[in-house]
Amino acid sequence: MDTKRTIFPNRVLPYLLLAPQLVVTLVFFIWPAGQAVKSSFEREDPFGLSASFVGFQHYARLLKDPLYLDSLGRTAVFAVAVTALSMALGLALAVAVNRLLKGGRFYTTLLVWPYAVAPVIAGLLWWFLFNSTTGVLAYFLGQLGIRWDHNLNGTHAMILIVIAAAWKQVSYNFLFFLAGLQSVPHSLIEAAAIDGSGPVKRFFTIVLPLLSPTTFFLFIVNVNYTMFDTFAIIDATTAGGPAQATNILVYKVYDDGFLGLNLGSSSAQSVLLMLIVVVLTVIQFRYVERRVQY
Amino acid sequence: MVENRPFLTFLTHLVLIAGVVLVAFPVYVAFIASTHTREVLVGGMIPLLPGGHLIENYAQVLSASSAANGLPSYTLMALNSLGMALIITFGKIVISILSAFAIVYFRFRFRLLAFWIIFITLMLPVEVRIIPTYKVVADLGMLNSYPGLTVPLIASATATFLFRQFFMTVPDELVEAARVDGSGPLKFFRDILLPLSRTNIAALCVILFIYGWIQYLWPLLVTTDPGYYTLMMGLKRMVAVQDGEVQWHLVMAGAILAMLPPVLVVILMQRLFIRGLTETEK
Repeated sequence: MDTKRTIFPNRVLPYLLLAPQLVVTLVFFIWPAGQAVKSSFEREDPFGLSASFVGFQHYARLLKDPLYLDSLGRTAVFAVAVTALSMALGLALAVAVNRLLKGGRFYTTLLVWPYAVAPVIAGLLWWFLFNSTTGVLAYFLGQLGIRWDHNLNGTHAMILIVIAAAWKQVSYNFLFFLAGLQSVPHSLIEAAAIDGSGPVKRFFTIVLPLLSPTTFFLFIVNVNYTMFDTFAIIDATTAGGPAQATNILVYKVYDDGFLGLNLGSSSAQSVLLMLIVVVLTVIQFRYVERRVQY
Repeated sequence: MVENRPFLTFLTHLVLIAGVVLVAFPVYVAFIASTHTREVLVGGMIPLLPGGHLIENYAQVLSASSAANGLPSYTLMALNSLGMALIITFGKIVISILSAFAIVYFRFRFRLLAFWIIFITLMLPVEVRIIPTYKVVADLGMLNSYPGLTVPLIASATATFLFRQFFMTVPDELVEAARVDGSGPLKFFRDILLPLSRTNIAALCVILFIYGWIQYLWPLLVTTDPGYYTLMMGLKRMVAVQDGEVQWHLVMAGAILAMLPPVLVVILMQRLFIRGLTETEK
């Protein structure tokens, strides 16, 4: 790793400067993560007085547990649905704003603010819209002959959290796609136009391939977002129900560990989740390194 | 735009207007709901135009009488949210800029190790280590306190990387000049580096304030004393009553008020917000 050509020759100061960050990291990040790994291999007696080493027992049991595998599948469905929906909408809006000669800033302002809305509030807003006694959307769906009930119907509950999570994330995708579109060289588009290709063809043969780094980056970020930042949306709306239909992995860790007090299993789940984050982060950063060399 | 296609321009505006409407729709309905009485809301189809109880509802939310069902008053929760957001913002910026300064401007043993330890925090979101982190905070006696709410969240790899990247672009001549003039590292930091970082700090402030304000899981874990509840938890608890008894008009007024500060920050400081967002995520 590079430093400056000229540096300060102080022996103690750098450690003091780093100390606050490192202390917080060690005490509240690395130590708890280590504890999670440790207790995922242990079983505590009912009084929490002693723990015995049980090897991979918790993991083996988890990977055979239909509830856990079910939750894994639902997490995948949730992540893919939210990512696809919010990226498609974000891209469509970014392409539209990018086409405008004026007024782009105005539309941008009107489109980006949901980023600042808390996930828990996003969940509450959509819950209210779909609520059977007060909800506008539930009312319209009823007029169409659909009896909406996210308290009983698992598919409805899943659709509800997908919409709430995607709604909040569109603005993020929009901003990054817009930045990507603005860096597509104008000369390429003009050359293609002179050669007689229309806007649709230009988009699919020139713009979209040039956007692929942005698209890939956003894909990873969105998967990360749906897997970990949507806890509040679920807690505010479905709380994992009905009948586990929206019990995604992050919610299950909380539910089993914090509410169900099943420490060993919850720790094993934490460790598996950490592995997923590590993989996502490594992919993200490897790719960023490569993009820098362009 | 390389050619004039009126139909496509029309379509562009149509897509954008549809997008704006879609994005604004839930908040619009929430606002409408916050201007009616509860009876109107639960009596079937809710109206699509504002009612006449706006001031009454908001006044009730903000008054001391909003404390009910084990919840503190709305204003207390708002103050807690504000305190938490500000402490997190300030804390993250201070510890990140100091660590970036150490990593870029000094050569010392374990520099690479320190860098990696900071990097690893990216891989350990609170959500995946809920119980052990809770235990640490409990053992340190930090439950139900401002330090408990904020300190565990103020380590920041992204902010450190942002400052590091920026410091790498600061010309070396400035350090040389400072050293020739006999100024030490702290003086250099205070008189040269800090003023140069102003824009970056401002952009980060916007992003981090939003981050702190919308925290949900962490305050949920570490507070059991209603005196430390934040708005995000409070709103959730306002609807966690029997389905028929939810005071929707007050919940929605509370939700509108709770989303106002960060949304205003984004709208009023759009340029800084976009800069902060796109630079920290790279």
